[in-house]
Amino acid sequence: MTEATVKTYAPPDRVRLACLLQDYGVYAAVALLVLFNVAFTDNFLQAATLRTQLVQVAPVVIAALGMAMVIGSEGVDLSVGSVMALSAAVLPLYIGYGFWPAAVLALVVGGLVGVVNGTLVSVVGLQPIVATLALLVGGRGLALVFADGQLKGIKDTTLLELGTGELLGVPYTVLIAGCLAVVIGFVVQRTTYGRQLVAVGGNRAASHLAGLPVKRVLIGTYVLCGVLAALAGVLATARLGASDPSAIGNLMELSAITAVVVGGTPLTGGSIRVLGTVAGALLMQLVRATLINHDLPDSAAQMIQAAIILVAVYIARERRTR
Amino acid sequence: MNQPVLDVRGVSRRFPGVLALDDVSLTVAPGEVHALVGENGAGKSTLIKILTGVYRPDAGEVHYRGEPVAFGRPLDAQAAGISTIYQEVNLVPLMSVARNLFLGREPRTRLGLIDVARMNREAAEQLARYGIEVDVRLPLRSLGLGAQQMVALARAVAVDARVVIMDEPTSSLEPREVDTLFRVVRELSGRGIAIVYVSHRLDELYQLCDRVTVLRDGRRVHTGELAQLDRLSLISLMLGRDAAEVRRDGLTGFSAHDAGDVEPILRVRDLSRAHQLHGISFDVRPGEVTGLGGLLGSGRSETAKAVVGALGADGEVTMAGRRLTRRSPAAAIRAGMAMLPEDRKAEGIVPGLSVRENIVLAAMPTLSRFGVVSRARQDRIVDTFMKRLRIKAASPEQKVSELSGGNQQKVLLARWLCLHPRLLLLDEPTRGIDVGAKAEVQALIDELAADGLAVVLISSDLEELVEGADRIVVLRAGAVVGELAGDDVTEDNIMTALAQEPAHD
Repeated sequence: MTEATVKTYAPPDRVRLACLLQDYGVYAAVALLVLFNVAFTDNFLQAATLRTQLVQVAPVVIAALGMAMVIGSEGVDLSVGSVMALSAAVLPLYIGYGFWPAAVLALVVGGLVGVVNGTLVSVVGLQPIVATLALLVGGRGLALVFADGQLKGIKDTTLLELGTGELLGVPYTVLIAGCLAVVIGFVVQRTTYGRQLVAVGGNRAASHLAGLPVKRVLIGTYVLCGVLAALAGVLATARLGASDPSAIGNLMELSAITAVVVGGTPLTGGSIRVLGTVAGALLMQLVRATLINHDLPDSAAQMIQAAIILVAVYIARERRTR
Repeated sequence: MNQPVLDVRGVSRRFPGVLALDDVSLTVAPGEVHALVGENGAGKSTLIKILTGVYRPDAGEVHYRGEPVAFGRPLDAQAAGISTIYQEVNLVPLMSVARNLFLGREPRTRLGLIDVARMNREAAEQLARYGIEVDVRLPLRSLGLGAQQMVALARAVAVDARVVIMDEPTSSLEPREVDTLFRVVRELSGRGIAIVYVSHRLDELYQLCDRVTVLRDGRRVHTGELAQLDRLSLISLMLGRDAAEVRRDGLTGFSAHDAGDVEPILRVRDLSRAHQLHGISFDVRPGEVTGLGGLLGSGRSETAKAVVGALGADGEVTMAGRRLTRRSPAAAIRAGMAMLPEDRKAEGIVPGLSVRENIVLAAMPTLSRFGVVSRARQDRIVDTFMKRLRIKAASPEQKVSELSGGNQQKVLLARWLCLHPRLLLLDEPTRGIDVGAKAEVQALIDELAADGLAVVLISSDLEELVEGADRIVVLRAGAVVGELAGDDVTEDNIMTALAQEPAHD
């Protein structure tokens, strides 16, 4: 068939509005919620309240950063929650050697899961949703085996300090999440790997023909996602003061995907919005906190979250229909 | 001729920007095997989709068994007795052969359950009639493609089809399977079933078909007895070239190059791939445009892809004296090759990225330091090539998907040229782009060859090929059937080479 030539054109208002909403909607929503809370929620601006919110959202942000990269590669990683559990289970096993060896090992485990995911997706050619589903199920099982199915208290002072300490009034976990967002933002925008990742997600066949190392890029992305999820697991364990592989990171994959989608990253790949992802995680956290502060039950919060996700997906869809 | 079973009268169908079918008529009598031929974009697939109810015609009527019909969806056409066999079998691969054969009309027991025993027995009987002896309880996908095709055919016939449309049914079959398929087609025709047979393989058409309808650019250009039409005339009808009076003065901006006895930079020897390429060998010299000619499906694109390692194939590829061992697009690029793929949308542009990033995509590693991209270096290159190729974009940061086809093509050319390749393979570089951009691209090809680049040009546009290429390697059915150079490069000679009877079969 003859291809119709695509001409430069001015998009209709509706589409332009959808573009604007997808690009900036999440920031506007966060701003609105903050304003609402400043006006109507008691003690919202107090340091303790803000800190609780940020500390709670930090692991989600970290896991969502990895998820954003995987989704940008036209994939999805369902195993992040299980990786958090695995990393939490590994920590107490090696904490006897000190904090650093144990933490590094936990991250290595996360990276290994990423190698498996990435290989299944890029070399074997499985669909990402299926490939990572295997480790969503198996990973948590393995974590429970490592931990003997038990909750273990943490006595290592460095690890506990990581969970509760702060620098210049900012909790370590929040600081780490913030720094990682900046680093990932730089990686995506300015490094060869980051740009190749976006290209692979946008058109894999074209990237292959252009000589890009498609397999290496994909495996690297899943590894990065796994390491970030493992780090989120370490931080969550540190905050809890205990390793609880049966609970840590439960449904984290869904929170991470939500943050990414609400942040305006399309599920079709080829675009990664790092700042949007952070804002997406903040938005979901704020919605929950706001509703709970105003004595609405958790069930109501869940329904409102669902509504936000639907709106985000609808806007993304509207934008594609040209 | 008796009453036609299928009678298409003056059908037109318009798509945004294209008139895909323009007043096309087609009549098929019961028991007739009717060939439907044409190059890409001729309107074959649109016509088939109208016959099977996927599209509705904007004008004209389809009469079936003497009554005007308008199928709302493919299922209606099938129920009425028009079945279609596509090149990819569209059955359910995981279900058993018998179940596929009886899908939607399974024999029932008195309790309303599926009578599996009877279904299997009848399936085996039906298939045996077509010479297929398989265990019908096995999943369909465990069969060879040919056998799967036969199951599809048996199913089509079993649902009481009066017309069977076959779209490139043999493209993935072994020769032996083709024989079986032909036998079945003849048997069906003997039973009074009309067959519309679409294929690019001329040998098959002449073996099988009674009459032929040739479409070109959405119009019917010929209908008649196939036996009265020799190959050369058929090809000239398909390509729209008068075999007798080939135009001498071209409209394109190409000029001749004389590569003389320069050592070839690319040597391809015995390139082979099952069903697609059969021992292709040719040389490409620097400073020369080597054309790959042939009809659709002759293996031109596959040859280019196999050379750059994007398609697995046996055989030797030697670039600048070094034999390429582990073949991959990345290795080919390192060796100095670049290939512009045929399908710009699927294999070329990355739609979400900017013009700048699309241009530097392949060159990125060389434009960065310690893995961090250097915007300054990128901007210099992008600026140079946007000026040189006159790429019209609001800015380098505009999304490439917002550009016109011609400008997208120039972006892709820039992507390859900024690697400074020594060999450039261009697969349909001017397809689907406007006239102005087309002339610019042709002039650029000329200029590049004059600068000493080796160029391989693939084009369905005979005029472009003849004007652009200094030498033409003619392919048919995945094999080289001729090579033309110098004054022999004429449309006439290409068509003659294409029309040759196969030496042996």
